[in-house]
Amino acid sequence: MRPVSVIFGRFLGRCSSLQASRQLATGSTCTIRDALNQALDEEIRRDPNVFLMGEEVAQYDGAYKVSKGLWKKHGDSRIWDTPITEMGFAGIAVGAAFAGLRPVCEFMTFNFSMQAIDQIINSAAKTYYMSAGKVTCPIVFRGPNGAAAGVAAQHSQDFSAWFAHCPGLKVVTPYNAEEAKGLLKASIRDDNPVVFLENEILYGQPFPFSDEAKSEDFVLPIGKAHVERVGKHVTIVTYSRGMEFSLEAAKELASIGVEAEVINLRTLRPFDFETIKKSIMKTNHLVTVETGWPFAGIGAEIIAQVIESEAFDYLDAPPYRVTGVDVPMPYTQTLEAAALPTTAHVVKTVKKSLHIQ
Amino acid sequence: MLSVLSKGFKPAANSTVAAATTVTSTRLASTNDVNFTVQSYKLHKLDNGPKTSVTLNRTDALDFYRKMQVIRRMESAAGNLYKEKKIRGFCHLYSGQEACAVGMKAAMTEGDAVITAYRCHGWTYLLGSTTTQILAELTGRIAGNVYGKGGSMHMYEKNFYGGNGIVGAQQPLGAGVAFAMKYRNQKNVCLTLYGDGAANQGQLFEATNMAKLWGLPVIFICENNGFGMGTPIERASASTDYYTRGDYVPGIWVDGMDILAVREALRWSKEYCDAGKGPLMLEMATYRYHGHSMSDPGTSYRTRDEIQNVRKTRDPITGFKDRVVTSGLVTEDELKEIDKDVRKEVEEAVKIATTDGVLPPEALYADIYANTATQEIRGATIDETVKQPFKTTTEVLKSIGRL
Ligand SMILES: Cc1ncc(C[n+]2csc(CCOP(=O)(O)OP(=O)(O)O)c2C)c(N)n1
Ligand SMILES: [Mg+2]
Repeated sequence: MRPVSVIFGRFLGRCSSLQASRQLATGSTCTIRDALNQALDEEIRRDPNVFLMGEEVAQYDGAYKVSKGLWKKHGDSRIWDTPITEMGFAGIAVGAAFAGLRPVCEFMTFNFSMQAIDQIINSAAKTYYMSAGKVTCPIVFRGPNGAAAGVAAQHSQDFSAWFAHCPGLKVVTPYNAEEAKGLLKASIRDDNPVVFLENEILYGQPFPFSDEAKSEDFVLPIGKAHVERVGKHVTIVTYSRGMEFSLEAAKELASIGVEAEVINLRTLRPFDFETIKKSIMKTNHLVTVETGWPFAGIGAEIIAQVIESEAFDYLDAPPYRVTGVDVPMPYTQTLEAAALPTTAHVVKTVKKSLHIQ
Repeated sequence: MLSVLSKGFKPAANSTVAAATTVTSTRLASTNDVNFTVQSYKLHKLDNGPKTSVTLNRTDALDFYRKMQVIRRMESAAGNLYKEKKIRGFCHLYSGQEACAVGMKAAMTEGDAVITAYRCHGWTYLLGSTTTQILAELTGRIAGNVYGKGGSMHMYEKNFYGGNGIVGAQQPLGAGVAFAMKYRNQKNVCLTLYGDGAANQGQLFEATNMAKLWGLPVIFICENNGFGMGTPIERASASTDYYTRGDYVPGIWVDGMDILAVREALRWSKEYCDAGKGPLMLEMATYRYHGHSMSDPGTSYRTRDEIQNVRKTRDPITGFKDRVVTSGLVTEDELKEIDKDVRKEVEEAVKIATTDGVLPPEALYADIYANTATQEIRGATIDETVKQPFKTTTEVLKSIGRL
């Protein structure tokens, strides 16, 4: 049974209907989808310059229903359905941002942002620099990212490292519902181009949601990592869906007496290296976890920075990466599963780092 | 000409599309062929176009009927498999659009090529795959078109370049295939298919410009099925006359629910391109019965009545059947026999698609590079890094005795 009719993809969500999750929210959980919806709703109400633009975002309520109800509530002037023309509408959104509006530009999935990559990199990311600060570009590019289920190579990949590579872009990668809301609101209020990477698989998942998070003033800082779990034996650095594997692994490791410190990056750019460094100087062991490809990936960057820093001297073992397998995504289920990292990989790698058999 | 069977294809009352189905047929004296009149075309920057009077012989009538039925049945089977969760991810069905592919295929000649988007099951079948290969691809099995590596959106055959999941990407690719044809002085065309939604992508206009500049033998074909996902064409396209949107590229509007009109339009277009006058831009007016993909009920942006009305008044298979039976070209019993055969074929395909094995794990690392030394492929951890056990899926299949 699928509770929300979605035009695109099949959801693994447990709590999807807006109404049902509103009830859940009072019981202090909220799905990522609803958290994002709240953030958009509140920011559109708060600032008349904020508008949402993208494919199927208005009358169809969003291909993944993230913008459900917003068009009915805010109307044509705030919620814009576009044709399937990513390069065009991303460019229009960037231009509008130059001229002082605050567009939220939705890519139906980040796979399609590649159609618009020039506007993101060459127009949005660099104009502030090229104009010596004369032109700002307060825009949010958002949408689902990461490996999805059963949709093969063109529709299943993680673009975190692609965007994080480019100076001038902020790259935000929330994991849970509070982060989704607090960081999206911060991104919309930010004066820079922000690439906001939501995880396609996690949309329907309910997470704890505090009273504080329900407030219209709830904003989380961009550029700050969060120590999700305090530990002393090993530092696991991860973000987005990697958090799921890492937290599960930490739990499993705890049962054999290993206390893992799990750092949720939350933001890839600006990069909060201090939090990582401090942790490594305490635990002396590092494992990075991501779902994207290994080559020139986020783990590779973290480890390079560690090796170049004073934290290097504190390492008691080589730092290790857990990543997606270095292949395009195949369709059939067994191969697809084999292309992705799991909790078991994290556990094994931590054990290797700690020389536990 | 002996008897004039003027009843022909019944126009439906009160239908905005009724005009498109008004057809008369004439039995020719000398042969068993029948003359049909098809709905006229609309032309853009052309002084003359395809004929509205076309002939059909018995063999073709039976063949076209069979192919359209295979696609219809195969897609229903796919829909059911999806509901049974035996197909994962996306599954875009071609039901309602059969006359487009079957009609175009009928006009293709040796060496012509096709490229389309993700709604590719029908084309994959027409260009050489069996129903088993298609359904087994959907279920991710070894018997599949690409052995389960591509799934619903990515299937390939000789002269069929997919199966593309990125809306708009296939249009320049098709022009590129045509470029290769011209480069080799080949008298062929590349049928480059895209939806009404994809018609708005900038890539089309870039490709169109170069195709015209360089005289490429590409036929851009917009299958206008009324919607791009949940968006009706009027809300996505400033001009919905897709056959005119190549501007300086001549165009033809075709009733895409009438297989005979489609075949004639393609035949004419091929001749035009063969004479070195390409490119061309065609619009096939058609309709999709199902939602955009299986996860879209397809009823929030149109009414059930609208779908029912098209099924009743414009269905490409029912319309064709009426015509060929009424004209005396084939008998109802002959078609029933085909129906039975087709049902059996698809049932058997479903059986294999649901019971065949899947590729062994080593296939994950195969097909990364062509004609390249064996690679080290990094796994999820450094310890799972492997030297490619097989460089290609073909080698994998040989190793398990499947090839
Ligand atoms: C570049 C890109 N943007 C968006 C999508 C998501 N998407 C897949 S199909 C589709 C609608 C396409 O409609 P149309 O071209 O009319 O083809 P139809 O599905 O009607 O055959 C969209 C928006 C995509 N696959 N690629
Ligand atoms: Mg369409």
